[in-house]
Amino acid sequence: MSLLQIDNLIVEFETSTGWFRAVDGVSVSVDKAEVLAIVGESGSGKSVSMLAVMGLLPATAKITADRMLFEGQDIQKLSGAERRKLIGKDIAMIFQEPVASLNPCFTVGFQIEEVLRIHLGLDKKARRARAIELFKLVGLPNAEERLHAYPHQMSGGQCQRVMIAIAIACDPKLLIADEPTTALDVTIQKQILDLIMDLQARTGMGLIMITHDMGVVAETADRVVVQYKGRKMEEADVLSLFENPQSNYTKALLAALPENATGDRLTTVSAFFDGNPEAAPSAGASA
Amino acid sequence: MSDIKTTDTMLEVRDIKRDYELPGGFMKPKKTLHAVKGVSFKLERGKTLAIVGESGCGKSTLARMITFIDEPTSGDLIIDGKKMDTRPGHLTSDMRQKVQIIFQNPYGSLNPRQKIGDVLGEPLAINTDLSAAERRNRATEMLIKVGLGPEHYNRYPHMFSGGQRQRIAIARALMMNPKLLVLDEPVSALDLSVQAQVLNLLADLQDEFNLTYVFISHDLSVVRYIADEVMVMYFGEAVEYGTRDEVFSNPKHEYTQTLFKATPKADVESIRARIAEKKAASAA
Repeated sequence: MSLLQIDNLIVEFETSTGWFRAVDGVSVSVDKAEVLAIVGESGSGKSVSMLAVMGLLPATAKITADRMLFEGQDIQKLSGAERRKLIGKDIAMIFQEPVASLNPCFTVGFQIEEVLRIHLGLDKKARRARAIELFKLVGLPNAEERLHAYPHQMSGGQCQRVMIAIAIACDPKLLIADEPTTALDVTIQKQILDLIMDLQARTGMGLIMITHDMGVVAETADRVVVQYKGRKMEEADVLSLFENPQSNYTKALLAALPENATGDRLTTVSAFFDGNPEAAPSAGASA
Repeated sequence: MSDIKTTDTMLEVRDIKRDYELPGGFMKPKKTLHAVKGVSFKLERGKTLAIVGESGCGKSTLARMITFIDEPTSGDLIIDGKKMDTRPGHLTSDMRQKVQIIFQNPYGSLNPRQKIGDVLGEPLAINTDLSAAERRNRATEMLIKVGLGPEHYNRYPHMFSGGQRQRIAIARALMMNPKLLVLDEPVSALDLSVQAQVLNLLADLQDEFNLTYVFISHDLSVVRYIADEVMVMYFGEAVEYGTRDEVFSNPKHEYTQTLFKATPKADVESIRARIAEKKAASAA
């Protein structure tokens, strides 16, 4: 049984010109201890589909799916309170902007202890001890002092470590990382990716890595889903995706990598589709 | 000034420094932050110099000094064979026209209340006495040159995608026929496929107008593709400077080596090695 299994997910938003279909019939599944990368450009619906799983989309979004199973249980049928028990505990998420996703009004210690209080019901002393333990685990120096720091007193990389500490505080079974390193420097990106992969290997949690960076995919994923305009273009294990991409879109995406440049101009995705117009996927808008 | 002889040196920077004073407080002395600690380089006309480094290393401060936004604390700036007098009030519009900058975030660098036509026409209105009709013609020509159309003239920035906005920012920078273009992370906010289009556009424009680029980036794969020369900055100092092939084939400084190691590798061999490593780890 898969840890998370989504069949035929459709997410629509109402706009002034009618319903816009951001995710159009996407099916994904993740197993225990598996690393799935969802890759696509902005507007491909990669974040929206995971936000739908987390229940973090605004009420105006229309979400339908044939099935949305987490450990065999249909998330769609859960009440709000039941869902809130699951989210943040068994399914946790890390966001792109570490500085923006922490609350600037509270110390990071308060924010991590809040999770421990609500989900695990630990008392004050146990919370403090666990928070220090978690900060040490994610490689924050002076963990004890760090608890009293506010997000603005820390660098972007440190804030992302705090976010990771909060996400793994309750030993989640599934971690969703939404572009966790896009806002960070290359050297810091390496550290954060190493940290996430190390934690994943140690705890055996499932990991969904949402990214637009083919380099990050190559360094982390077991299996890859390529999305474009709300549709799944291709699903393959990481090696076959890079070695022998099947869909035209994936081929175009790999050709657009500067390191794969041949000659003095890059191949662009649109140029690729101009060559074979019938291969261009249609926009995901519905009537 | 005898050593500025070769006419094809577009930009020369000599031991340029920039200090910022941080305000002190009660019982706390003022501090000086050395953002750029003496950087020198020479760049030939029509070539591209890439400046690489992490955030806070002074690469954007350097860009701001080259484009006269910030005044250097000390050091010389020689553009097109002329030593620039960067003191406030001593800059002529002539000097300013030669150097233009393109910023990282095309969402922040365009005025949301200004139509694209006005964005492009404004430099002409300020610096030349062209008539409104001529300004309009020039702006429309430039729109076509950067891959947009005349129909975009009357639109507002919010009606464009990130890649299109970066094209507009490029068009605006080119309106005064500059010779030197400073690009401060011009593609890091863009998607991979759009990034390829913008990089191609920059290469086309460089060929057409014989432009000189100072290209600031933290993405080594982009740098390797676009640069002729590479400079690596670390804590305000240039720790590595050479041609692209020198730097990429034989990085000397420890930080450059760390940078290369940290860059994700997307080739099949590295993936295969990683998977094999993972299998070995799980079997053990």
